[in-house]
Amino acid sequence: MAEFVQVVVDGVATGSIYGALALALVLIFRSTSVVNFAQGEMAMFSTFVAWGIHQAGVPLGLALLGAFAFSFAAGAIIERVVIRPFEGGEPLTLVIVTLGLFLLINSAAGWIWGFNNRSFPSAFPDSSVTIVGARLDVESLGIVAVLIVVVGLLYLLFQRTGIGLAMRAAALNPDASRLVGVRVGRMLMLGWGLAALLGALAGVLVAPQLFLDPNLMGGVLVYSFAAAALGGFDSAIGAVVGGWIIGVSENVAGTYVNFIGADLKILVPLGIIFVVLLVKPSGLFGSPEVARA
Amino acid sequence: MSLLEVEGLYASYGPVEALHGIDFEVDEGQTVAILGPNGAGKTTTLRAICGMVDTEGSVSFDGESIAGKATEDIARRGIAHVPEGRGIFPTLSVDENLRLGAHVRKKGDDVADDVARCRRWFPRLEERSAQTAGSLSGGEQQMLAIARAVMMRPRLLLLDEPSLGLAPILTRELFRVLREIAEEQSTTMLVVEQNASLVLEFADYAHVLEAGQIALSGDAAQLSEDDAIKRSYLAY
Repeated sequence: MAEFVQVVVDGVATGSIYGALALALVLIFRSTSVVNFAQGEMAMFSTFVAWGIHQAGVPLGLALLGAFAFSFAAGAIIERVVIRPFEGGEPLTLVIVTLGLFLLINSAAGWIWGFNNRSFPSAFPDSSVTIVGARLDVESLGIVAVLIVVVGLLYLLFQRTGIGLAMRAAALNPDASRLVGVRVGRMLMLGWGLAALLGALAGVLVAPQLFLDPNLMGGVLVYSFAAAALGGFDSAIGAVVGGWIIGVSENVAGTYVNFIGADLKILVPLGIIFVVLLVKPSGLFGSPEVARA
Repeated sequence: MSLLEVEGLYASYGPVEALHGIDFEVDEGQTVAILGPNGAGKTTTLRAICGMVDTEGSVSFDGESIAGKATEDIARRGIAHVPEGRGIFPTLSVDENLRLGAHVRKKGDDVADDVARCRRWFPRLEERSAQTAGSLSGGEQQMLAIARAVMMRPRLLLLDEPSLGLAPILTRELFRVLREIAEEQSTTMLVVEQNASLVLEFADYAHVLEAGQIALSGDAAQLSEDDAIKRSYLAY
């Protein structure tokens, strides 16, 4: 029992990281209808920025804040400079643009920081607490707590503030939003900035568990896409729940089903997704049809 | 000086020109109607004022040129536009739609008073404040769109076919409320309508648009007596 709780909590922690990046994907998809394939690379780059600032002697906390500020600004600038010119164009064009961005950022990181593995420090103490017999890593609990706080803040932003309401309106109907004076372009920049920040968060949370190199987010991005698809690509809560389902199912199956083990555990969440999407193509929480005027 | 001055306004959708140089003015406090058949350019005229189509010519509001300005900046100067098809946000709640109307206003700024006023004018909106706007009936959606525009405290309110799709009794009620709004908030209005007889009762002045040009202008009262108008536009 105690071991099972540990396995589940670790799964929820990993799933929270997928959830954070999936939230970033959903945020951008909802505001600009773009599936941002470069989301993971943007996160990786920001993680390198955090690493670089920390290497220069700045305390980790400040380095993370600096990287978050960088990622927010970079996300907003990418929307304005790279995405905006193609706004309202063919979806396929934007897919190619974000794939190009993926390669560009990946190569740029390699060019600046090289392809060596580097270790990235964790923001959480390397200790564990015992709750009802289960030894839980502080890091796992911390990651879950961070995600829950972030989701809460996003909820407050979008449901309780005027700027959040304007961002939702701009995503739903840009023309009608302009007629009430909403600066739609600025809202899109803000959305991309926030998404990049969420990605950076996922990056600095996952980096201590892996090694920091330009391909840091490759696997995470695939899982995050899976989480977003599972939850419904236009649902924020779906992204988080999708992330958790994937994290927990792969961890539980990998631990308890002998023939699966570490190598095949990726297949378990993919199997679940396959079944869910067969039954409910719009995902667990997605809206069935996104009609656009 | 008029509140809105339009001079030599051309508008086009890509290669297709929809307005071929029109001139008109709207004075502060006036209610002006634009009549005309389908495809005459009525909607385009409103869209051109709001910077939603490519235009040439001059449009000035309160003495300043707004031609070529971004739609959101024009809205921020005090022009509210209730577009054809209403342009509400169907998945947002009625209250959220109203709050969006106050988006450009400063916090505090008696927004709550205006919400109360809108609810007095359109009591149905209060009953349905938590519902999504898409679940409202056509008439209620039109009321919501107008209420949201009023929440902007506009100096000029552009209305595109407010009677479209409404039962006659609702249309009458709507114009009665619009009259009240115009008087209480001294809002200037420019209304595009196909329902000529009704809008000529409501407006002070009217222009008849035909194939992208102004064919006829005059006092609403006079126009409603005009035989040619009766034949062309009031024959229903």
